Amino acid sequence: MSSVLVPEIPAPGFSFDLCQRNNFLVKKGFQAPKAVKTGTTIAGVVYKDGVVLGGDTRSTENTIVADKNCSKIHYLTENIYCCGAGTAADTEMTTMISSQLELHHLNTNRIVPVCTANAMIKQLLFRYQGNIGAALILGGVDLDGPHLYCIYPHGSSDRHLYTSMGTGSLAAMAVFESRWKPDMTEEEAKELVADAIRAGVFNDLASGSNVDLCVIRKGSVDYLRPYDIANVKGQRNISYRYKRGTTAVLNKIVHPIIIEGETVRRLETEPMDTSS
Amino acid sequence: MNLYLCYTVKKELESILAYNGGAIIAMKGKNCVAIAADRRFGIQAQTITCNFQKIFEMGSHLYLSLPGLATDTQTVMEKLRFRLNLYELKENRKIHPKTFASMVSNLLYERRFGPYFVEPIIAGLCPVTYEPFICNMDLIGCISPSNDFVVGGTCSEQLYGMCESLYEPDMEPDDLFETISQALVNACDRDAISGWGAVVHVIEKDKVTVRTIKTRMD
Repeated sequence: MSSVLVPEIPAPGFSFDLCQRNNFLVKKGFQAPKAVKTGTTIAGVVYKDGVVLGGDTRSTENTIVADKNCSKIHYLTENIYCCGAGTAADTEMTTMISSQLELHHLNTNRIVPVCTANAMIKQLLFRYQGNIGAALILGGVDLDGPHLYCIYPHGSSDRHLYTSMGTGSLAAMAVFESRWKPDMTEEEAKELVADAIRAGVFNDLASGSNVDLCVIRKGSVDYLRPYDIANVKGQRNISYRYKRGTTAVLNKIVHPIIIEGETVRRLETEPMDTSS
Repeated sequence: MNLYLCYTVKKELESILAYNGGAIIAMKGKNCVAIAADRRFGIQAQTITCNFQKIFEMGSHLYLSLPGLATDTQTVMEKLRFRLNLYELKENRKIHPKTFASMVSNLLYERRFGPYFVEPIIAGLCPVTYEPFICNMDLIGCISPSNDFVVGGTCSEQLYGMCESLYEPDMEPDDLFETISQALVNACDRDAISGWGAVVHVIEKDKVTVRTIKTRMD
C-alpha cells in the first residue's frame, strides 16, 4: 500500500519508465542524444612481478572534447584495478562492483582473486546483452601472481599477457607487437605501456591529453596520474581579461549568508559493533 | 534569407536536447564560483518567455542547473530537491557539492535505458572548507569534475571557445563575473535558441551575488 505519507519503496536497479515517452519522441523525428563516450586508448601488460595498466585522459562527445583530463583507470580492490573504454557512465558504474568485491574480501578474509572480479563483471555485462557499453581491461595481482583480462561489452573475456582496447587499440597493439617480450622489468614495462598509450594519443583522434599509469605489484600499487603530459598546452602571451564594468548589469541582488551562531557538540565515538 | 531559416529549424529538430534551447556555464575563481544561464524558454524557434529560471538554489552555497528538455529540467530538479531534503534531514548537515553530484549521477544512471534529457551542471562551495567545486554530467550521469570551467546547453561549442580563450585561474569575484558574463553573452549571440537575457550568480563564502545582465534580445 502506498500513500503520500508512506511512499512505495522504488524497485532497485534500472528504471524503464521513460522509455515509452523517449521512443515516442524519437518516432516524432527528434534524434535521441548521445551519451559521452570515451573514445579511448587503454592498455595493459604483465611484467616479471606485476601488471602495468595505462590509459589516456580524453573523453569525447562526438567531435567535442568533453573532458581533457578524465581518469580511466578505476579502483576495484587494493590489488585489482580496471581500465574502461566505451560509454563513460557505464565504465564508471560497472566498476562500482568494487563494493561487492570489498564485501567478498571481508566475507572470505583473503585477497580477492582477479578471476572473481572478472567473473562478476562479465556476468553483469552478459545480463545486459551488450547494452551496457563498457569495454574493460582488468589487471591485478593475487596469490597466483599477476593477471590481465580483457572484457568485452557483451560479456566475453580473454586472458592475455599484453592487451589494448578502445579506438586507439590498434595503435597501442602495434607498439606491443613490435616490442613486448616476456619477463620485462618494471621500468621497461612502464615505458612500453606509456609508449603504447602515446601511440594512441598521437595517432587516434578520439584519444588525447595525458598518459596515466597504474603499476600493481604484490602488496603495493603505484597510481601515477599523470605519468606523462604528452601534450603541454601553450602559454597565453597576453591576458584577454575584460575590464571591470564591461558587462551592463540590469539589476544586482546580494544575498548575504550570515551565520548567526555555531555550536559544536563533541560526541564520544562508539566503536562499531562487530560481535555478531 | 529563408534558406538560412530553414536550415536552423532543421538543425533544431535534430535533437531532443535542443527542443527548448538554453546555455549554461560555470566557472571557478579564487575562493568563489560563478554559474550563469540565459533566460529564454522557447519551443524550437518560437520564444515563449524570457524570464525562465534555469539555475536552482539547492543550498546556501550550492547551485544546480539542468540544461536540456525543460519538462525534464523541472522534474529532475524536484526529484533532486526531494532526495536532498531527505539527505539533510537524515544527516543533519549540509551536503557537500561532490556528494550532491553523486546523488544526481545516481538518479540519472537509474534511467540508463530511458534517460531524462538533461545535462546537469553543479557549482558550489564545500560547506566545511568553502573550497570551490564545479562539475558537469552527460544525460546518463557520467560526472566530469573540472578545475576551470564547465558548459552546457545548445551552444556548448561556442561556450567552449569563449571559455578556452577568456578563462584564467584564480580570478577575484568581480573579474570572474566579467569573464563568465562576456563568455555567455558572446556565445549566445551565435545561437538562435539561446539568449534573451541572462542571469549570473557569483557564490562566495559570505554572500551570493545575483546579477541580471543586458543582452541582445533577438
